[in-house]
Amino acid sequence: MKVHLRIKRFNPEKDRAPWWGDYEVEGEPGERILDLLHKVKWYQDGTLTLRRSCAHGICGSDAMCINGKNRLACKVLVRDLTQPIVVEPLLGLPVIKDLVVDMEPFFQHYRAILPYLINDEPPPERERLQSPEERERYDDTTKCILCAACTTACPSFWAKGEYVGPAAIVQAHRFIFDSRDRGAAQRLAILNDPNGVWRCRTIYNCTEACPRGIRVTQAIREVTKAIALGKV
Amino acid sequence: MQVHTYDAIVVGAGGAGLMAALHASRQVKTAVLSKLYPTRSHTGTAQGGIGAALGNVEEDHWEWHAFDTVKGSDYLADQDAVEILAREAIENVIELEHMGLPFNRTPDGKIDQRRFGGHTRNYGEGPVKRACYAADRTGHMIMQTLYQQCIKNNVTFYDEYFVLDLIMEDNICRGVVAVCIDTGELHVFHSKAVLFATGGCGRMWKVTSNAHSLTGEGMVIPYRHGIPLEDMEFFQFHPTGMYGLGILLTEAIRGEGGVFRNNLGERFMERYAPTLKDLASRDVCSRAIYLEIREGRGINGKDYVYLDATHLPKERIETALADIADFVRTYWGIDPSKDPMPVQPTAHYAMGGIPTDVNAQVILDEHNTPVVGFYAAGECACVSVHGANRLGTNSLVDLVVFGRRGGRAMAEFCKHADLMPLPKEPAAWAEAELERLRNANGKERAADIRSALQQTMMDYVGVFRENAGLETALDTIKELQERYKNIRVDDRGRRFNTEVLEAFELGSLLDLAEVTTVSALARTESRGAHWREDFPRRDDVNWLKHTLAYRKDGEIVLRYKPVTITRWQPKERVY
Repeated sequence: MKVHLRIKRFNPEKDRAPWWGDYEVEGEPGERILDLLHKVKWYQDGTLTLRRSCAHGICGSDAMCINGKNRLACKVLVRDLTQPIVVEPLLGLPVIKDLVVDMEPFFQHYRAILPYLINDEPPPERERLQSPEERERYDDTTKCILCAACTTACPSFWAKGEYVGPAAIVQAHRFIFDSRDRGAAQRLAILNDPNGVWRCRTIYNCTEACPRGIRVTQAIREVTKAIALGKV
Repeated sequence: MQVHTYDAIVVGAGGAGLMAALHASRQVKTAVLSKLYPTRSHTGTAQGGIGAALGNVEEDHWEWHAFDTVKGSDYLADQDAVEILAREAIENVIELEHMGLPFNRTPDGKIDQRRFGGHTRNYGEGPVKRACYAADRTGHMIMQTLYQQCIKNNVTFYDEYFVLDLIMEDNICRGVVAVCIDTGELHVFHSKAVLFATGGCGRMWKVTSNAHSLTGEGMVIPYRHGIPLEDMEFFQFHPTGMYGLGILLTEAIRGEGGVFRNNLGERFMERYAPTLKDLASRDVCSRAIYLEIREGRGINGKDYVYLDATHLPKERIETALADIADFVRTYWGIDPSKDPMPVQPTAHYAMGGIPTDVNAQVILDEHNTPVVGFYAAGECACVSVHGANRLGTNSLVDLVVFGRRGGRAMAEFCKHADLMPLPKEPAAWAEAELERLRNANGKERAADIRSALQQTMMDYVGVFRENAGLETALDTIKELQERYKNIRVDDRGRRFNTEVLEAFELGSLLDLAEVTTVSALARTESRGAHWREDFPRRDDVNWLKHTLAYRKDGEIVLRYKPVTITRWQPKERVY
């Protein structure tokens, strides 16, 4: 079948403003949008620029806005969408070229929440023990692939780029609720800030956007509750 | 052109690269260059587990793990290296746990373990639970954990820097040349040592589990400088790729109890591997699938079989195999607890690569002559711990064990070495190549050449090979190399020019395909993943040796290196 793609284009070396490019490619209902973008790039216009790597929803390279929703281009199929399929770069991060955005502000927020296990006690000779129940407590937020689909779907982030955003809070949650970690107080203090959890307006865009099915809003609420109670 | 100076440069930010960087950066000034953001690296897609004889669930010993690895390799692995792999797997897994890796746990709080193909108790008696896992996203958790530790330890990263060339003179490595993808500018990284951890090259084949980025330039760059490639004829086809897509469905599905079935509903692996059945090693399973298909027992007369997990508890699938359940739901709309999954072998892993010693230092020849200041670890390297066929979970073991050893050895070297001067115009070749591609104004589309290559490799250099087919493949590859000289590029810009970089990657794939095919043609025996229909037996008298492929004056020259045997003499290999 013929598929009509409408792609927001911008080349910093040529264009003063973004423009819409229309492309028609052959596509099957079961094909990924990434496959169609490749058909454009490989057979129609080599200048089309995007990031991608694993092509099955794990590496997190190809988050973009497709028909108004943030998704991974490799995890949404032709049959799931109406035409024309409208493809835009993620909103809220500076566009470098076509569908490629500058991820640095996103990773700055990620680094700000101390995204690593904090525990200065000398480790035992073997593994630290953790019960299956303790492990389950933070299981959901370990799935995050840092694709930025959630943060760039958040109106609070669009309004104020200083907001750490849902992805950084998800990453903080992964450590705050890990029984081996000792850095919860530090992270909760960082997130107890006007640009921390309090900027969340419980809009649920993040949860809808997450390609990994993480209950993002729920994770933010758990972190907020820990701040309010002063304990995990 | 900017010139940066470091003690050590790590190229590639997957598991091996980050492990090396973590350990090197504790001692010397280190930077990591990666063509992807680090967390996008392909280690993240590893699913089922990392093997280590922890013995948390049942009795296990590192010697059993080492034996299984040697047997899995069809006796081509170097046994001194395998002993290190199996022994150090244990402390490396513990180190990962201490770094925060969220492994699944046993009821008493230890790291949980499960079965995997080819891993046995007491030298082959039956399956053993050795794979330490975090649901079916073990690689993702390794990737995340190592990147977290790099942030904690302030490791320097150059994200989205594509390495084009190695700076070599007088057999001494002096750094790399890279292009900053964003700006298109060339940068010279002048260093005492370089470690390549650039991953594999599965994009040579049409059906592959590998990311689009796995195009093997990390293997080709040293090869162009006269460093050989070892054992490239051994490429693993994983038996359970999603039919038509190639996406990996973890062996852990079978570790949890899943089985193969043909169109008669038979559990056919019982005929091919009476003891381990569906948990036989990957080369054995992939061949069995093709033989079933060849004899007309593919599903609906097509070239796939079923992987059946419908008898497993739904709850277990949704928790321990959550990602693969999501994959088949997303791409096929099926539920693995109700429907069998259509699978076919998918190009998965290069056993071969840049030859190294057990400290990840690159070696030049059969006398183990070291290349000064050059290291390699992970899939791009060949230690060799996988020989002719890698066991499941051992890629993750390889990259942490030899990433760590490489990082430490490189740091030790840098502490005592001098920074050797750069040659005149160190970036000349890279600059010319980039300009040639950016202005390429021929008639051929890179995509057409790439898909022709992938089809040829699939048809003639796949699971089954024979002389005439390999000759055909070689002719085609040479023809495609000619066509490659006449390609056309649309994007003449400098900023984020991924079209030019894809063209560069295609050049690497073509060269690697040639090495793979020439090595496969020469090896007139069947061993592990290299199965010759015209030579269907392993031939230890003539072929118990590693291939070393060199490029000399545009031709490939093959030399050979003996296999190191410590404890286990080659025996017939039955599962």
